[in-house]
Amino acid sequence: MGSKASVLLQDEELIDIENKTGFSGNQINRLYSRFTCLDKGSKGYLSREDFLRIPELAINPLGERIIQSFFAENTEGVNFKNFMKVLATFRPISREKTTAADELNNRQAKLRFAFNMYDIGNDNEITREELLAVLHMMVGTNISEEQLASIVDRTLAEADFDHDDKIGWDDFEKVMQKVDVEQKMSIRFLN
Amino acid sequence: MARLMDIFLEMTAEAIWSILEFAFYPLLILLSVVIILAGCGCSVGIRQLYVKVLLIVFEWGREKIREKEERRESNEVEPEPVANGVHVIEREIELNSKGTIVRKKLERLESITQTSEFQLHDALDFFKCGIESIIEDEVTQRFSAAELASWNLLTRTNTYHQFISYRLTTLWFIGFFLRYFILFPFRLILIAFAIISLITGNTILGYLKAGVVKRWLTYRLHVTCMRLGSRAFSAVIRFHDKENKAKGGGICVANHTSPIDIIILGCDNMYAMVGQQQGGLFGAIQKGFSRAESHIWFQRSEVKDREAVARRLKEHVSDINKLPILIFPEGTCINNTSIMMFKKGSFEVGSTIYPVAIKYDSRFADPFWNSSQENFAKHLINILSSWAIVVDVWYLPPQTQREGESSVQFANRVKSYIAERGGLVDLNWDGGLKRAKPKPQMMQKQQEDFSRRLKTD
Repeated sequence: MGSKASVLLQDEELIDIENKTGFSGNQINRLYSRFTCLDKGSKGYLSREDFLRIPELAINPLGERIIQSFFAENTEGVNFKNFMKVLATFRPISREKTTAADELNNRQAKLRFAFNMYDIGNDNEITREELLAVLHMMVGTNISEEQLASIVDRTLAEADFDHDDKIGWDDFEKVMQKVDVEQKMSIRFLN
Repeated sequence: MARLMDIFLEMTAEAIWSILEFAFYPLLILLSVVIILAGCGCSVGIRQLYVKVLLIVFEWGREKIREKEERRESNEVEPEPVANGVHVIEREIELNSKGTIVRKKLERLESITQTSEFQLHDALDFFKCGIESIIEDEVTQRFSAAELASWNLLTRTNTYHQFISYRLTTLWFIGFFLRYFILFPFRLILIAFAIISLITGNTILGYLKAGVVKRWLTYRLHVTCMRLGSRAFSAVIRFHDKENKAKGGGICVANHTSPIDIIILGCDNMYAMVGQQQGGLFGAIQKGFSRAESHIWFQRSEVKDREAVARRLKEHVSDINKLPILIFPEGTCINNTSIMMFKKGSFEVGSTIYPVAIKYDSRFADPFWNSSQENFAKHLINILSSWAIVVDVWYLPPQTQREGESSVQFANRVKSYIAERGGLVDLNWDGGLKRAKPKPQMMQKQQEDFSRRLKTD
């Protein structure tokens, strides 16, 4: 009956995802029904097209990059487990107990996500070109090339601590030190 | 799926034949009673009673499901409150259709006039609202069936609740039998009869000389057939504020959930319809309608020509003896939880606008036609095999364009009235997004907005 009848997940799968991501069973079931809704044609995975069908994501200037983050591990399609892995990055950091799942959503992991957004070539460093490309996505044609170049220069000057004209992972961590990543990259999940 | 459908239709046809064979005369009497009742707009109260009984049964089923779930999760946290049932997250940041980032519930509200130098963390907002929109967004969820707080014993909604307990399974099975093998064939006969009478009636009336008699007869024919049709869904329709009903020379605008909206509204008033000239069954009905009354059917080539459309509409409303026009300005079916952007066309004509809010009670049937996923025949079968259509229709006070108000503002104002009255979420997104991608300009708006906040030297 199409995507409406969302078949519940198998119990083992549910528990597996619960342990790995830290989401509650209820949240996983709800996210699964969202997943099946987005999955047009019930393929069992999401394609880039499926993501782009969300208008709010399609008009997000960095939508392309955000979608790419789901495709980091495999290029074909995003299955539910990989889908949940990315979403888990945005779980709020819990203060009390630490579990295995917290590796996915600690400050380090959240920063990694942000870093990878800039690191288009996926080679663990943000080059001048990559920074410029991401800036381009955000501002479109509203800011002139010279102005963009000067923004890139200034950003590099502030962030490139080892003076290699690139922002490495260590540089990135340093420059983001004062940023409230916890707040800016956590989503309020309801129970 | 298609094969199953064929087998099902075959069985239905057989069931209809056997019913006709054994119970032709009782059926005939029943049918004539229904027709007479529909003709005078009376009701014996059977449908109202039926709906009340259904509610009691649903409530019992809900109790059973809850008991079961409590037992299963007794050592877990308390069950989630129903009010939160539809939400997975609480959105904190959103991109709206006009190109601004909307922050919800954040203390540090940055004013847009204040510019600041670019920082690497500026992009974090985009990441967060991107991921948030993947989990939950305003638009796509309006194009799929609305989730119910409790199960209504239909397989189509919610998850596989029917296997939760033996008693519930039995109940579901009885319901299934009742809906598909008793209600469905009878309803199919009734709606077929209504459609055939409407078409033949219109054809015959088409030959009459124009005048008061013809108009009166056509009106009676339409309203009677629509009521017959509505009975095929066991419709319980509550019309509110009838004094605001649309009159000739006006345009009636309503929110759109399914083509059956037309039947629902047609039970209480006759409207001139606007649409594209279709082929097939619809084309035949359209032709029949036009013979008796003036409806507005556009040729495919005309539809794109906005001026031609406006001219035809203007022509029609300038004659107050003609029927009020019925238009669904959203241009597509929405799942009845929200109302989307109104196309401004009907608000440019300059006539009085009669807003109508339609709100279905989704506990008895899901009235939403997901036209990108199922064809109309399948939708009709769904509706005919559901429990009932229970719906509120509110006639809102007529509106005219205010001085200095643009047609877009006027459209938005009327939309907000309908949203408020019908209890629908008022959205500014274009319903056309059901099929089409958002225009690139919408992303450019976001970029403009971001650039404005950047300090450049």
